[in-house]
Amino acid sequence: MIAIVDYGAGNLRSIKRAIEAGGARAEITADPARVRGAQRVVLPGVGAAGAAMERLSESGMDGAVKEVAESGRPLLGICLGMQLLFDHQEEGPTRGLNLLGGEVRALPPERKVPHMGWNRVEFRSPSPLGSAGDGPYFYFVHSYYAHVERPSDIAAVTSYGLSFPSVIVRDNIWGTQFHPEKSGEGGLALIRAWLRSGEDDSVDQARP
Amino acid sequence: MTESSLEASLNSTTVKGDRSDLCVRVIPCLDVTDGRVVKGVKFVNLRDAGDPVEMAAVYNREGADELVFLDITASSDSRATMIDVVRRTADQVFIPLTVGGGVRTVEDIRSLLSAGADKVSINTAALSDPALITEGARIFGQQCIVVAIDARQSQEGGTWEVFTHGGRRSTGRDVVAWAKEAEERGAGEFLVTSMDRDGTERGYDLDLLNALGRAVRVPVIASGGAGNLDDLVEALQPGRVDAVLAASIFHFGTYRIAEAKAHLAAHGLPVRPVSSDERR
Repeated sequence: MIAIVDYGAGNLRSIKRAIEAGGARAEITADPARVRGAQRVVLPGVGAAGAAMERLSESGMDGAVKEVAESGRPLLGICLGMQLLFDHQEEGPTRGLNLLGGEVRALPPERKVPHMGWNRVEFRSPSPLGSAGDGPYFYFVHSYYAHVERPSDIAAVTSYGLSFPSVIVRDNIWGTQFHPEKSGEGGLALIRAWLRSGEDDSVDQARP
Repeated sequence: MTESSLEASLNSTTVKGDRSDLCVRVIPCLDVTDGRVVKGVKFVNLRDAGDPVEMAAVYNREGADELVFLDITASSDSRATMIDVVRRTADQVFIPLTVGGGVRTVEDIRSLLSAGADKVSINTAALSDPALITEGARIFGQQCIVVAIDARQSQEGGTWEVFTHGGRRSTGRDVVAWAKEAEERGAGEFLVTSMDRDGTERGYDLDLLNALGRAVRVPVIASGGAGNLDDLVEALQPGRVDAVLAASIFHFGTYRIAEAKAHLAAHGLPVRPVSSDERR
């Protein structure tokens, strides 16, 4: 079972349907026990980091997500869900889940914020996602970005006022700053790649 | 990109210019009443030209960057129908979907988002109850809240007045002042319609778009007046708007979305290419 973590954040139905379009079954759940028992977990998110972390810790969901990540099962953070994989969050400010080294900062004010719309995603070569990086345009909506400590965690970058990590991959932990479930065929391809990740060696072999 | 060049790119920080690679957006709008598209749609290969779900799928394949559904009756019966339309659309169309028309309460917003809408557009209720913007943004995030403004130029010119109730009721409010207030309250995007130009095909009201572009920091979608593809190019010039909404020029088959995007690209505007996958 694939669990989509429900903490009252926006449109989860599209994520569920995108996973189903990739041939897998998913359940939207607010129950940490269901997340602990899942084979794969999606941590979605829109809105404010402070409120999101509050809701995750109130329900004990924060511990469940960390447990899944630490057990080596595939975890995909989307948008705010990706940002929460890091520790310090300028928004709030609040602490994140601290699964990856780095911090989350506000986008520079020179451009319109939120950064909203389709933007180019430049994958490193060879892409840790295989051919799923052929997009290359994905749909973004965010006002903050991750500053990543380990460059090897960065799988792709995007430009908007500055160059920021738009896909991160470290072993079983993946994150996308954009919304793959709203990025047309390219987004669905990325979700299919995630659904295959960890099942064979193809993803690991693609890592440099 | 190798790891070291990727690192170098991250360290190069600021890219100058107004937009970098962020694409301008082309957004078809479907007016829906009782679950049916109102305006006639001239497309080939449509089984049912009045079905918003099928229309949405066609526009998605053709390269639309987002979709807007406007519930133009918005009675309580049609609301339930609309929720069903949103649900069925979101089940098969994986691009952003904004739904507007008769959104009055936080519960209205919640039910549309949980049916699969990504944003809701609020018009009349935003003016009569501005706290709805604040509350909506607080609960669901600023990015979900689109404030729609129907604008009519004042008699002296140079300023615009906000109208509500589908453009029937004058509010006495200045468009720019209202946009600034709505942004402060948490509007994540504006959808501005020029009532003077709507349906005229004389082009967008560029003075209005300039004024709004200067006044707010969040993205603006222009609506009302597009008659040809050069009108889209004009509206999307840097400093004006980030997206164009168009109904009739696409519905009536005057132009295809791919054609519009090719025209924008030829005029130096960044567009998301229509992928071969999506044209299957």
